[in-house]
Amino acid sequence: MERVGMESSLAIAEAVKAARSEVIAAYPITPQTHIVERLAEMVANGELDAEYVPVESEHSALSACLGSSAAGARTFTATAGQGLALMHEVLFVAASMRLPIVMAVANRALSAPLSIWGDHSDIMASRECGWIQIFAENGQQAYDLTLCAFKIAEDHRVLFPVMVNIDGFNVSHVVEPLYLVEQAEVDKFLPRYTHPYGLHPDRPLTMGAFGMPNIYTEVKKSQDVALRASKKIIVEIWREFESITGRRYLPVESYRTEDADTLFIMMGSFSETAASAIDELRDAGHKVGMLRIRLWRPFPFEELTAAVSKARLLITMDRALCLGGPSGPMCSEIQSALYPLPNKPSIVSYVGGLGGREVSVEGFKSLITQGIQKAVQKAPGEFEMIGVRG
Amino acid sequence: METFTVYVPRLLSKRESIAPGHRACTGCAEVLAVRMVCKALGRNIIIANATGCMEIISSPAPYTSWRVPWIHTLFENTAAVASGIESAIKVLSRHGRYEGKPKVVAMGGDGGTADIGFQALSGAMERGHELIYVCYDNEGYMNTGVQRSGTTPFGASTTTSPAGSHSQGQFTWKKNMPEIMAAHGIPYVATANPSYPFDLVAKVQKAVATKGPAYLHVLSVCPTGWRSPSDLSVRLGRLAVETGIFPLYEVENGKYRLNVDLPKLRPITDYIKVQGRFRHLSQDMVNKIQEKVSSDYTALKQKASRN
Repeated sequence: MERVGMESSLAIAEAVKAARSEVIAAYPITPQTHIVERLAEMVANGELDAEYVPVESEHSALSACLGSSAAGARTFTATAGQGLALMHEVLFVAASMRLPIVMAVANRALSAPLSIWGDHSDIMASRECGWIQIFAENGQQAYDLTLCAFKIAEDHRVLFPVMVNIDGFNVSHVVEPLYLVEQAEVDKFLPRYTHPYGLHPDRPLTMGAFGMPNIYTEVKKSQDVALRASKKIIVEIWREFESITGRRYLPVESYRTEDADTLFIMMGSFSETAASAIDELRDAGHKVGMLRIRLWRPFPFEELTAAVSKARLLITMDRALCLGGPSGPMCSEIQSALYPLPNKPSIVSYVGGLGGREVSVEGFKSLITQGIQKAVQKAPGEFEMIGVRG
Repeated sequence: METFTVYVPRLLSKRESIAPGHRACTGCAEVLAVRMVCKALGRNIIIANATGCMEIISSPAPYTSWRVPWIHTLFENTAAVASGIESAIKVLSRHGRYEGKPKVVAMGGDGGTADIGFQALSGAMERGHELIYVCYDNEGYMNTGVQRSGTTPFGASTTTSPAGSHSQGQFTWKKNMPEIMAAHGIPYVATANPSYPFDLVAKVQKAVATKGPAYLHVLSVCPTGWRSPSDLSVRLGRLAVETGIFPLYEVENGKYRLNVDLPKLRPITDYIKVQGRFRHLSQDMVNKIQEKVSSDYTALKQKASRN
């Protein structure tokens, strides 16, 4: 297929259309709005035969998605920042009721001060909501992973909602050359969705009964087991997608990690800038590589452990801050995942890129070399916020 | 009840959509209202229920009282959930992927409707989804231990509007939900009350036949929260109407109709004297309430007479 130039948000809308989504309920919020504007336009022009529900809040957006997914429709929504925060309690219900909704999140900083710009504060504040959470770094990935998200969510072995995260503005508003998948291929990859227990008068099911203490723990345990087990199926579906498109996705992806003793780890689009820094550091003789965590939930414990097995130093950068807590959320989770290992690498942790603050190639280079220095001096410290003016 | 061949002089469905054995309090008129609403709705429905008394008494997993498809998710989002179900059925039917066309019914208490769920309700009504929203109004947060809501009547003592040396109980007038819904310009709004079962059933049937959104506001006497004798619930429901405190009326395409039009109202004391929540009221307060009830009733009659 031809390569086309397209804004990432519109590419996501193309994926939602190609998936023949049936209900879209959404509320406008920057920097997500282009996705749902395009979808509304597609419905208005008859390009997509779906119901577009222009709800009055993000809370209602996801609530309407609960209803439509429970009734058996392929359901999509998108949000960002405050919108995701307003959805917070609904997120948990969608996951616990095993409703395979797909949502794009254009990651945005949380107020106050109000900031429409990108960072990962929104998703990190909702990371325990039980959704499958995937990070895309560019328009092509956003398109591909949105298509895959429907197949993952609706697989009867999975039945969990899936969130595709893209960085606000840095991905959402960027026009990139990308490949779309032929409709016939999409239809083969993604047949019509049928919920095994959809709401219908012939099937008087009770959904959302309340749980007394004698049942709640078991419900949560079974949910956790199912969410962890979904990783295998996610990998399987990504492999199937690769066989169609040649584009490969993995829970943890590596860049120039061969013989690396230092690994830089991050999530989201900044890793593309960081990759240039890695190239330059490699040229200068540093044995550095990069890991990107693509699958954030279920957390890829085995893949991460394997990927860091030869490294002596990990340098992490989070685009979110745990106020009053330990480091950034990604670093904390890496630390806790690696803690049981007998020979674990040391970790130097940074937080940066908050509220749309850019980090340049030079910035990444100095951060990584500084991290190596800290490790040499055996003073990794707690964590450091980069680029803070004095 | 289902073993009886004839249930009431005017035939109602014998089929019960809400099974016996639920955990409602003795004398609960809300579950009585739910039962009648469900009888009138029939089986071709899907119910979205807000968190609240009716959800708690009917769905302790792994048990359920519901013989119709029923979904509960959260407290404040029921109208939005119902919007989603309705939209899904619409598109799935269009694609030939859904058999039949069930009516979507959202149900909530007064807190879930007039307070925390107000925004979602207003949005759903404004968007014109084809659904019925039923508010069961027991005039407070009874499930959490009798706290005031926006529909608690003036003067009622609750755990968060307690009567005390500096307070006469609830300090605001009852939020007028049916009027607010009528102001949304939806095709059908009605008040009902299980003490008038045939009126209630007729209104539910009208709501089912309505194209577009319909809103029913059902007074639900709550002996636990109102501190009234549990054998007087049906009687209290009638007194609420006979005193003019809760008039039975409907607004059909903007036209008001009083369904029980009384030439003379009973004094409100007939209604409030058997309720512990009003026991502290001074004569001045009673007079103030009486004045408001009389003038509101007159205003409503005027609206109805314009047709």
